[in-house]
Amino acid sequence: MRPVDVVRVAALARVEGEGGVTVRMDGGRVTDVELRVFEPPRFFEAFLRGRAAAEAPDLTARICGICPVAYQLSACAAVEHATGVEVPDTVRRLRRLLYCGEWIQSHALHVHLLHAPDYLGCEGVSDLSAAHPGLVARGLRLKQTGNRVLETVGGRSVHPVTVRVGGFHALPSLAAVKALRPVLAKALDDALATVRLVSGFDVPDLEHPHEYLALRSGTGYPMETGDVVTSGGSAFPVTDYGQHVVEEQVAHSHALHARLDGQRPFVVGPLARYALNADRLTGAAAGAAREAGLGAVCRNPYRSIVVRAVETVYAVEEAQRIVDDWDGEGPAFVDVPFGEGRGTLTGHGATEAPRGVLYHRYTLADDGTITDAVIVPPTSQNLASIEADLRTVAEADPDLPFEEITRRCEAMVRAYDPCISCATHCVTVLPSGEDSDHEKAGG
Amino acid sequence: MSRPTLAVWKFASCDGCQLTLLNCEDELTDLLRALDVAYFPEATRAASPGPFDISLVEGSITTPADAERIVEVRRLSRCLVTIGACATSGGIQALRNTADVDEYRRLVYPRPDLVAVLDRSTPIATHVTVDVELPGCPVDRHQLLEVIDALLHDRRPRLPTYGVCVECRRAEAACVLVSRGLACLGPVTRAGCGALCPRHGRGCYGCFGPQEAANPSALSDRLVAEGTPRRDVVHLFRTVTAGAEPFRREAARQEEARQEEADRS
Ligand code: SF4
Ligand code: SF4
Repeated sequence: MRPVDVVRVAALARVEGEGGVTVRMDGGRVTDVELRVFEPPRFFEAFLRGRAAAEAPDLTARICGICPVAYQLSACAAVEHATGVEVPDTVRRLRRLLYCGEWIQSHALHVHLLHAPDYLGCEGVSDLSAAHPGLVARGLRLKQTGNRVLETVGGRSVHPVTVRVGGFHALPSLAAVKALRPVLAKALDDALATVRLVSGFDVPDLEHPHEYLALRSGTGYPMETGDVVTSGGSAFPVTDYGQHVVEEQVAHSHALHARLDGQRPFVVGPLARYALNADRLTGAAAGAAREAGLGAVCRNPYRSIVVRAVETVYAVEEAQRIVDDWDGEGPAFVDVPFGEGRGTLTGHGATEAPRGVLYHRYTLADDGTITDAVIVPPTSQNLASIEADLRTVAEADPDLPFEEITRRCEAMVRAYDPCISCATHCVTVLPSGEDSDHEKAGG
Repeated sequence: MSRPTLAVWKFASCDGCQLTLLNCEDELTDLLRALDVAYFPEATRAASPGPFDISLVEGSITTPADAERIVEVRRLSRCLVTIGACATSGGIQALRNTADVDEYRRLVYPRPDLVAVLDRSTPIATHVTVDVELPGCPVDRHQLLEVIDALLHDRRPRLPTYGVCVECRRAEAACVLVSRGLACLGPVTRAGCGALCPRHGRGCYGCFGPQEAANPSALSDRLVAEGTPRRDVVHLFRTVTAGAEPFRREAARQEEARQEEADRS
């Protein structure tokens, strides 16, 4: 038995943003786990002060290039809430279509290119595409479909240009929307094939105990709107988010961890969404979940790849429904008025990013100037649970070779599809000078 | 002959420009055949120690550690290409350059002392020699492919030096500045996006940064004369390419004018 070991994954590969894992072990017991963050802070919440509320969607989109729509739509929701504006149904449906594009794009990338290599014994894109060209081709086709939806509604896929507070700068042409039909039909076959493949992956056994938190709305699987529900039976409106989700600083990682009601670690994202909304899946997505044997709740983080695949099916079908019903009529946006002598305004907005609930809160002066901004991204909410699960994984089989423990820890982190770029900007503190040993290529 | 090696590096950024490389779905398989992806942590665990034939660098320099790392990246790279507004002009995080960073630290972090970050976000070219600069927030997929192709064939990449207005005319899009009175940075912004914003009913917000012959003062004087509040003009130049010199200078000039107006009244 080794006395004190350190498992250190220098730079965590195949995740968005830069981070690393450190697991310290002493005689087969884990003494310390740390998900370290190399990402330098970019100070979004600080520079938003003094900007116009109307700028929030374009500015906050730059927090994350993988899920810019999530930022844009949470920002819109918060500003609209502050002013009491309700967007017309056309806008709501088009936003949902845009979001479907982002889910398909992001999930297809993670499932096929970032996560699947862990179960197929590959290092990444290059060897994966040599060993499993069919899988890579299908993943890329699906990803491209997501991007096609994003481009049709948003103008471009990374940082779409059409989104504005109150709706859209312009609606896509009817012909462009209808042209998505054949692409989506093909994507449905692809998405179903991927569910079949990943549900057959041999994943380690693990059940994590954490509470799940997700949005739930009157109809459909949650995306652009909803109230908050948890697997522990809590339910509250988005306006109460800040009262329930409390961030605290933990000494060992210099990072703020979000806790539910100040105590419990919790999980947002596909597993949580599924557990709290499985009844909202319809059509082929419901069938795929059944065939994959997901049950009503799935508590194995390694199986999140299956849930992502099922959600991809849902997003494709939902996009098909919106496209089929679309008649191209209706206003592109409603005015969101400021300067009406209402005094200070506060708005809350939450949507389901591919990685889980993304919450924005703005305080606005009467003329719409942002005086305070709070942004809680999904990955920072999962940090406490990721660390708890890392501990479980590392302790399960301490006599394994070092390399293997490292690999398992890495795969565990990846199962969460963490976005370290997102997590950084507000809740995680950069390692101080001496321990930011960012290792270089080959290091 | 062995394939040229490719490395993709990340500094302070949103990952959107790297994603744009993975968004070349139709070309990706061929690219993987033509290039040996030797270092690209976002896409593979495999990591070679270098040196690398082509390095794509995303992100700006915002920490002391990164200022050292970029020198090492340069040393390892035969050809270094900056991808996107962050790497090319400092990105949206350069908004701190006109603010008090100590205050920013205190606002965002409960333990500001732990945040080892520089007062300014600077582009890669401030630190090392850059061979090709690609603008855009994010970069345009076609321009990215053009640069890689040019480097693979030892030729100069063909990148436009004209502005967004030219792209509007080519697309036969109505000028939003003239026809709708929208504030638009098209006249001073580099082409590359295909006039995306004006074609989608809004003014350009300059995400490709200033075009070479840009005259931002003439544009902002016109915007102010036509009724755009000075504060909005300042903000227009201060978004994702705020650190680019012509935009930085013009925002400062407008800020000053605004201050003077405030003092007078
Ligand atoms: S330039 Fe824009 S898209 Fe590219 S990394 Fe920076 S913020 Fe992201
Ligand atoms: S029109 Fe301007 S802001 Fe819009 S995408 Fe093009 S360069 Fe960027």
